[in-house]
Amino acid sequence: MVTGRALALAGAAMIAATGMAEAREIKVGFVAPKSGGLAQLGDQLEKGARLYLKLHAKELGGNTIKLIVRDSKRPGGPIAKAAAAGLVARDKVEILTGVIFSPNAMSIAPIATAAKVPFVVMNAGTSWITKLSPNIARVSFTMWQAGFIMGEYAVKELGCKTAIAGYTNYPPGKDSANAFKRGFERAGGKVLELLPMGGPRTPPDFTPFYQRVKDKKPNCFYVFVPGGNHSAAASKSYVQMGLKQAGIRFIGPGDVTHELQLQSIGPAIAGTVVAIHYHSDLKNPTNKAYVKAFKAEYGPKAIPDFVSVGGYDGMAAIFHIIKSAKGGKITAKAAIDSLRGWKHNSPRGPIMVDPKTRDIVQNIYIARIVNDNGTLRHKTIKTITAVRDKCKELGIGRCK
Amino acid sequence: MGEILANATTILLFGIAYAMLLFIISVGLSITMGLMGFVNLAHGSFAMVGGYVTVTLVSGEGVHFLLALVIAFVVVALLGVILEKSLYRWIYRRPELDQVLFTIGIVFMSVAAVTFVWDNNPRNIPTPDLPGFLTGNLDLGFTQFPAYRAFMILAGGVIVAALFYGLERTRIGAQVRAAVDNRRMAESCGINTTMLFTLVFALGSGMAALGGGLGIQILGGLKPTFAFDFLVIFLIVVAVGGLGNIRGTFFAALLLGIIDYAGNYFLPSGGGFFIYGVTFIVLLLRPQGLFGKAG
Repeated sequence: MVTGRALALAGAAMIAATGMAEAREIKVGFVAPKSGGLAQLGDQLEKGARLYLKLHAKELGGNTIKLIVRDSKRPGGPIAKAAAAGLVARDKVEILTGVIFSPNAMSIAPIATAAKVPFVVMNAGTSWITKLSPNIARVSFTMWQAGFIMGEYAVKELGCKTAIAGYTNYPPGKDSANAFKRGFERAGGKVLELLPMGGPRTPPDFTPFYQRVKDKKPNCFYVFVPGGNHSAAASKSYVQMGLKQAGIRFIGPGDVTHELQLQSIGPAIAGTVVAIHYHSDLKNPTNKAYVKAFKAEYGPKAIPDFVSVGGYDGMAAIFHIIKSAKGGKITAKAAIDSLRGWKHNSPRGPIMVDPKTRDIVQNIYIARIVNDNGTLRHKTIKTITAVRDKCKELGIGRCK
Repeated sequence: MGEILANATTILLFGIAYAMLLFIISVGLSITMGLMGFVNLAHGSFAMVGGYVTVTLVSGEGVHFLLALVIAFVVVALLGVILEKSLYRWIYRRPELDQVLFTIGIVFMSVAAVTFVWDNNPRNIPTPDLPGFLTGNLDLGFTQFPAYRAFMILAGGVIVAALFYGLERTRIGAQVRAAVDNRRMAESCGINTTMLFTLVFALGSGMAALGGGLGIQILGGLKPTFAFDFLVIFLIVVAVGGLGNIRGTFFAALLLGIIDYAGNYFLPSGGGFFIYGVTFIVLLLRPQGLFGKAG
């Protein structure tokens, strides 16, 4: 008995001395759409996160993560905010994460600040989200990364002199269109119009907007829509409206040819050029392993898209937070500080969290949609390495 | 001048295509409201189920799109009969609030049921699964017009003609009109209105299913919340047209379809507002709807 007690004491002393804590369960609150027509995106995000959790569980040294999932239902904000507040107050989560839609991330930001909980954004891409709380770090993408680069690329490599930027009318859409415009005009082109095309909840009938574009005859038509139903409808409309025959090029960030919908759009979409931070046809070994693991876990028909990779890398960031927590205690400041300059080998290539802005630094790929014996694929034609968020680099609007 | 004319024609054509869809889905709602004085908010659910049946047959079983539409019509019409006989029958004579609560409950149940059977993920018909003549576009000389929309106009035209003929020229049509005008009198003349209700309800449900199937390509895909997402627009068409009036529903659909299209074309940032504006004005001037009977 005595020896047992002595051993336990000695053990406790050792733990205290090395700053290690007892193994315990860490609660992580995950907010994403889990019902309604947008649930597909939430599912992909959760699949990515859970896959990382499963494959790397041992690295936590006895600690476990309990992922508490809450449904944000709609893109609008209030439901996500209530969900996050409940997670913090009732479930006592130590880390907040998830979030597909920007307005939801914006409404959760003040909660992360007030509750002093680190908030790892896995998807929402409006550039200025990271400005809303010092406790936010983002591992997904920013609208300005793909948008700005596509703008420059369209002028320099695709030879477009004029363009129209169509977007789904909510914050990331405006962000994406403005980013494109800035890049396009800096390279010497002219954007004729920023064209709002309906809201994020249900896809609109795109034909009146596309007809307007057709009549204005720009060289390039840049389109941002959220992935899922919107992307199928937006891309199909391009084909059906005969914009291709009218000599108008279809370009965009990767959402417009979202891999979940790509095959259903049909082969006529081949030739579209997009700027994107991840597609599942990337050739690096980490990605090959990721695609294999994803299909092994969720079935051969499962599609590892950019949303799932956001979840996967987001969970990697959460692992990093837990592993670097001193004494096992997670505080917002220490957690976010540990992510500043954090480097990770992601399926999308090397990524880093910018030490200054807490935002993602990553490769942006220019990819062309090609028809590979009846299967549509992304073919990388150019890689731009270590891209930072241009909105904050240039200090535009709310990114100042 | 030529360009303006070409633009106007293009807008009209697209507007008419959209209007046909609105009409096909809404007409059943209009008839049941007019005939039975019954507010069936679950009408959109029938359209949704029709859409899901169509998608499943076309992209899962490889059935031809047109055949799938016919099957969807029949399946949902039968479903309509079953529901009418088993559930709706009991609430025809209940107050309107009961009817509204009852049918909105059915909408919630249909959303959950569809999610259960087909899951949450949005569905649409992959372009390669559609028959070739519906996927390309037609060269009209002054513009390229999507083949699918042309088909929509054609199909809508045929259906409108068939409905008008059926209602105006056939014995059963005359019975329906009589029952709408004065149900008690019609019954006294020996018309079996109970039978008529079932028949009309089945037809309306089937039409909704047809519209649901046709609309997948136009309304940007299907998801379980379809029944809620588009309920307002169907109700607007019926209200603007006047309850129980096929002609009214047709012209209301035409008016709203074209205005919606033109609004989005000319003023993309606020185009969605126009149909509400028109609805507001029409109902202010004619609360009974364009072709509705006063009182």
